[in-house]
Amino acid sequence: MKTKSREPALRLQNICRSFGTTAAVHDISLDIQKGEVVSLVGHSGCGKSTLLRIIAGVEMAETGQVFLAGREVNGPNTFVEPEARSVGFVFQDYALFPHLTVRENILFGLKRQPKSEVGARTTDVIERVGIEHLVERYPHTLSGGEQQRVALARALAPRPSIVLMDEPFSNLDQGLREKVRRDTLSLLKSLDTTVIMVTHDPQEALSTGDRVVLMRSGEIVQAGSPYDLHDRPSSTYAADFFCAFNKVPGVYNDGRIDTAIGSFPRQLDLEPKSAATLYIRPQAIALSLDHGDLFATVEERIFHGEVEQILLKVKGLDVPLKVRTMERLPDGIDAVRVSIRSDRILIF
Amino acid sequence: MPISSAAARLTKRPGSRWLTFSGIIALIVVFPVAGLLMEALKGSAGLWAHLFSTTLPVALVDTVILLLGVGVVTAVLGTTTAWMVTAYEFPGRRVLEWALLLPLAVPTYIIAYAYLDILHPIGSVQGAIRWMLGYDSPRQFRLPDVRSMTGCILLLGFVLYPYVYIPTRAMFLTQSGNLIDAARTLGISRRAVFWRIALPLARPAVAVGISLALMETLNDVGAAEFLGVRTMTVSIYTTWITRSDLPGASQIALALLLVVVALVALERWARRKQRYATDARRSRGMALQQVSAWKGMLLLFSGLIPVLLGFGAPALYLTTEAWKRYQFAGISPRILDEAVNTIAIATAATVVTIGLGLVVAYATRVRPGPKSSWLLRFATMGYAAPGTVVAIGVLIVLAGLDRFIDRTAIAWLGVSTGLLFIGSGAAVVYALTVRFLAISAGGIEAGLSRIPGSLDHASRSLGQSRAGTFLHVHLPLSRAAISAAALLVFVDCVKELPATLLLRPLNVETFATHLYGEAARGTYEEASIAALAIVAISILPVILLSQVGRSRAVAPSPIGSLQ
Repeated sequence: MKTKSREPALRLQNICRSFGTTAAVHDISLDIQKGEVVSLVGHSGCGKSTLLRIIAGVEMAETGQVFLAGREVNGPNTFVEPEARSVGFVFQDYALFPHLTVRENILFGLKRQPKSEVGARTTDVIERVGIEHLVERYPHTLSGGEQQRVALARALAPRPSIVLMDEPFSNLDQGLREKVRRDTLSLLKSLDTTVIMVTHDPQEALSTGDRVVLMRSGEIVQAGSPYDLHDRPSSTYAADFFCAFNKVPGVYNDGRIDTAIGSFPRQLDLEPKSAATLYIRPQAIALSLDHGDLFATVEERIFHGEVEQILLKVKGLDVPLKVRTMERLPDGIDAVRVSIRSDRILIF
Repeated sequence: MPISSAAARLTKRPGSRWLTFSGIIALIVVFPVAGLLMEALKGSAGLWAHLFSTTLPVALVDTVILLLGVGVVTAVLGTTTAWMVTAYEFPGRRVLEWALLLPLAVPTYIIAYAYLDILHPIGSVQGAIRWMLGYDSPRQFRLPDVRSMTGCILLLGFVLYPYVYIPTRAMFLTQSGNLIDAARTLGISRRAVFWRIALPLARPAVAVGISLALMETLNDVGAAEFLGVRTMTVSIYTTWITRSDLPGASQIALALLLVVVALVALERWARRKQRYATDARRSRGMALQQVSAWKGMLLLFSGLIPVLLGFGAPALYLTTEAWKRYQFAGISPRILDEAVNTIAIATAATVVTIGLGLVVAYATRVRPGPKSSWLLRFATMGYAAPGTVVAIGVLIVLAGLDRFIDRTAIAWLGVSTGLLFIGSGAAVVYALTVRFLAISAGGIEAGLSRIPGSLDHASRSLGQSRAGTFLHVHLPLSRAAISAAALLVFVDCVKELPATLLLRPLNVETFATHLYGEAARGTYEEASIAALAIVAISILPVILLSQVGRSRAVAPSPIGSLQ
């Protein structure tokens, strides 16, 4: 037992899986600690769902190993069938059994538990998820939010060592999604459950995960805290994934980068005269009528309510500069002055 | 702890066992064809030459003429009736919509049997016509003999047109709505829409329907023989039964199989553009056009003609004849005996067919991929093969097996087992399974494919094995599909004539073989009771079909309707 507590809840080592000639998952290694909530994020087809299915055992890794709480479940000489892995899975379409009531759906995974515990366990999970009033109904009579909660209750009932969720909130309305997500996560946290959630939505990934793993073409681009991935992306791909940056081409010259919109001091390990691109967040640009070093003309204004997106034409730049601001410009204003917070600029 | 740590296990991917089973089943289906090939090659080259100079040319010409004729009749009847009930609104349309399915319940050999008597020169119909025209002897006036190629084409056409009607109507109902509206806003008249939009769109459906009707035509042995048309199917039967010439029968069977392959190829070719026409998601039927009262009557009556000719008249005839016979002699023990035989054979074949169909269909689910779908294709190819061809193939395989077992038993145990399979009726069950596995596997696969794959994964991650998932998730959710498939198979087994005729054990008669026997002898005794029983049982799937059409009108929800 002592050794077990030090084992990660999940360990992936050099996992590979290809379909035909395309590698869906390529050489992925990852450790997840007990109680951690990890969001696996990437565009569709990046291999995140395949990885989830390999962990669950409904898909097989071709090479590499999967350990659940120290036990090898997929390796060169081992394959533990999904029913023997103690893994909870919440599906995008919830996958509730249409021929069973809500209670029967929850009982489905409790076949192997001692009879005496089943009743108490069912009542407990039904209460925790808050679906007491739904237990005798059939899935097709439930709303999307209700189905999501039933799916969660069903996955939690057998006390899985890890809960896997595949886009669990994507089928919900925008308004409902926020609340269901918060409720689900606080429940999972209170149970100290280890969770891996797959999502394609950058905002969802940042707001739910203790750790965010960004994937692309079957490989991990970057893994770290949500702040790391958003504020300190290690690659242009990670940067672009979480934020719609303004990209300004420039040239590195001895401790500064010269661009069409000014010179920005920065020490870089680059040869003089080599190209560098400034990545400027739309929120890091301030507009004013009377101060700022850069002059620009307003090309387009799109009002979003809380913020306004303004496209600025700047001399020397091919692409207009995108600004998101909470400040209000007076109507009919054409010429503005721009200042950029240079400490928030990223350079690639 | 159910950890499978054997390295050997890993060389197999999950679900391999199902794939193996599926492969064995495909082999069982392919065996008879292989046997046929070997037997046909066994016949000397001289035999081939003999075949080409005698039986085959006549049989081939007759078969092709029959196919062409039935193709044209079913295409015309099927598409016009389908258009009538989907384009126009008139009193009785809803009744007509399902009544047009009724001729499906009349097997080809039964309609031929019935009309031979109905239209007999000294029968009541011709008598009534003569009376109306003022003649009093068949010498002065008689209708053209029904025992002719034309008679055969028309009779087969009137019971087989529903094969075209069903898919074409479905196509008209689901596909054409928006396009027809678009065409009309572009200035095309309602009448012209049929030729320019609806029919071209429905072409794949019509092609499927015709090919099914033609396969039934090739399968028919009774009607053609009663009506004096020497098709290849009939030739196979007589070559084997009257001349006991198995290589000769195999050779004709092989030639017939080539005709089937040509037919399937033609059908594939005719619906090669189907992909263009199957965007059914947002489609809806076209609006029904109200017609004037007398035009409505005209539509109703012309629509009822095929129903009356293909179902009404023979059913009425069989009912009165059966009633007369019952009044005269009651139900004979012989008929009861045949009822038991018919039901026993059909039940055994249905159980085997559904069991194997489940395995083949489930293999494509647990192990999706080219291998399992090819196996499915092989396992279901028996449906295209005419009953006589399958029967000859099965005969060759099982006779060989019987001989082998017999010889082994004599050598080792000193007892003769005799004809173990051929003598026990196992051969009939084998042939029926080969022929109808497509219905079972296809229906079950369609039922399974409506169950989302995530349910499998949910069940697995909740602790059920692959077999447990099948038992607790797939089986309850596809119960409706499985029972429908079982019903279809059962009824087809009851109706089936050629394979049963060739393979039944000595002195075992079913309804179908009894009817054949009487019709071949030209006696009209108890056959009407047997025929009526077959028609009554065959109505069951027609009811099922008419309900399928109806539930589609009430917007289906895939999950909700599984309840």
